[in-house]
Amino acid sequence: MQSGSPVPRLGVGMKFRFDAVRGAWVVLGPERLFLPDDHAVEVLKLVDGSRTVADIAMLLAARFDAPAAMIEADILPMLNDLAARGAVRL
Amino acid sequence: MNAVSPPPFPPPMGLIAEITHRCPLQCPYCSNPLALEPASAELDTGNWLRVIDEAAALGVLQFHFTGGEPMARRDLTTLVQRAADRGMYTNLITSGVTLDDRAMAALTQAGIDHIQLSFQDIDPLENDRVGNYAGAFVKKRAAIDRIRGAGLPLTLNFVIQRHNAGRVGAMLDFAEAMQAERVEIAHVQYYGWGLKNRAALLPTRAQLDASTDLVEAARIRLRGKMVIDYVVPDYHASRPKSCMGGWAQRFINISPSGKCLPCHAAETLPGFDFPTVRTHSLAAVWDSEAFRRYRGTGWMPEPCRSCDRRELDWGGCRCQAFAITGDAAVTDPACELSALHYLMGEAALESAVPAPAFAYRKPGRPRAAVALDQAGDKSRAPVLPDPGRASA
Repeated sequence: MQSGSPVPRLGVGMKFRFDAVRGAWVVLGPERLFLPDDHAVEVLKLVDGSRTVADIAMLLAARFDAPAAMIEADILPMLNDLAARGAVRL
Repeated sequence: MNAVSPPPFPPPMGLIAEITHRCPLQCPYCSNPLALEPASAELDTGNWLRVIDEAAALGVLQFHFTGGEPMARRDLTTLVQRAADRGMYTNLITSGVTLDDRAMAALTQAGIDHIQLSFQDIDPLENDRVGNYAGAFVKKRAAIDRIRGAGLPLTLNFVIQRHNAGRVGAMLDFAEAMQAERVEIAHVQYYGWGLKNRAALLPTRAQLDASTDLVEAARIRLRGKMVIDYVVPDYHASRPKSCMGGWAQRFINISPSGKCLPCHAAETLPGFDFPTVRTHSLAAVWDSEAFRRYRGTGWMPEPCRSCDRRELDWGGCRCQAFAITGDAAVTDPACELSALHYLMGEAALESAVPAPAFAYRKPGRPRAAVALDQAGDKSRAPVLPDPGRASA
C-alpha cells in the first residue's frame, strides 16, 4: 500500500452489481442509481476498500499497457465525481 | 394503428409500492389521493409477492416501499425479504413512529437496504402539529439511532412549507450532526392534499429563495460528505420540473389496491383506464396505452415540441397541467413559455396572506365531497384556450 494515496470504498448503502436484464453494471444506492460507463466499471471492479487509488492505477496500467501516472490522473477526477454523488467515499 | 411498431421501451428503473394508505399521521400535504383506499381494498400478500417477482424479471432495480405508512402492513418484512432475494435494492419510506427495536431487527433480517425517515419540522412541537400526532418527533429521533445502530445508510426527509421554511438551516445542521448520508429538503408538491391545503402551505418567493441559498451553501460545504436533494415548489419557478423523470419513463407506481400509475398523482387525470396488477402483468402495464400516452416527446404540443429542453423536463408534470389548466395534454403552466403561466403567479399570491387552518388528511371522506373539493380547486383556475397548442 502506498502512503498518501486515498483508499476509495463504496459509499454507505451503495451496491455495485451486474444487471442481467440490461446486460450492464449498475451502482444502486439510497434513492439513486448510476449507470457507470466502461471506464468507471473497470475502476469500480477494483474498489475493495483496501486498495489505494495508486494501487488501482497500477493494476489498470498493467492491463491496458499505459503509464500508471497517466491512468491515475484520469481516474482521480472520476472517483472525486462519484464521491460528490455519494457513490464512493475517498 | 401505426404500420411500424416502435422499438421496445427500456424497462422501468424503480417500482413505487404504496402498500397501504393507512397512516398514524395526518399531514395536510400527503401525496396520497383525497379518496384514500381502505384497508379492505388492499392487495394481499400473495399478489404483492407476485408483483415483486415480476418487477425483478422486468428489470426493476429499486423497490420502494411506501404508503401511507408502509409499516402499518404486518407482512412488510415478508415483502422486503422477497424483493431483496430477487436482487432489487430495497427502500423503505417511513414516518418512523412505529420503528421500534423489534421492527428494526425484523427489517434488518429481511435485508432492507435503506430507510428514508420523514420529518415534518425540526421544531418538535411544530413537527407534531403538522402530522397531528403528539410525540411523533421524539419517536422519529429514536428511529434515527435504530437505523444507525443497524448500520444502514440514513436519509432524512424534511418537507418544507410556509410554517417551517425559516428553519431549513437548522434542518441541515441537524442532518449533519446525525451524520446522515443524505438529506432531502423537499418543498411540498401541490397535488392531492397539498393542493387542497395550498393556501395554508405555499411559501413566499422570499422564503423559497432563502431556503435555496442555504441549500446551495451547504452543498458546497458538505460536498463528498452528505448528499442534499432539493425539491422546489413549482409556483415560483420559470421552468417546470422533470416530473418522475418523464411520464412512464423510469417508474411504475402501484396503489394499495393494485392500480398502476406513472406517478402517484395520476389518478386525478380523467379519461384514463389505468391497468391493475390484479388482471395485468407488469410487462403489460409498462406497455399499456395509459403508460404510453405521454411517454417521450411525440405527444407534445408547442411550445414543448420545438423546445430544446423537451428531453430535459419532458414537458413538466401532466397532473399539474390538468390541476391548473384543466387539460393534461398542455405544457406544464410552471413553464414561463406556457400561455397559462400567469395562473401559477396568481395562485402564488396565496402565500402573501395569512394562512388558513390545515385540512388534515383523513380517510373515509365520501366521494361526493372529494369531487366538490376538486371542482373548487379548478374553479380558481379558469380554463383558457392555449394559443400555442398544436391541434391534437
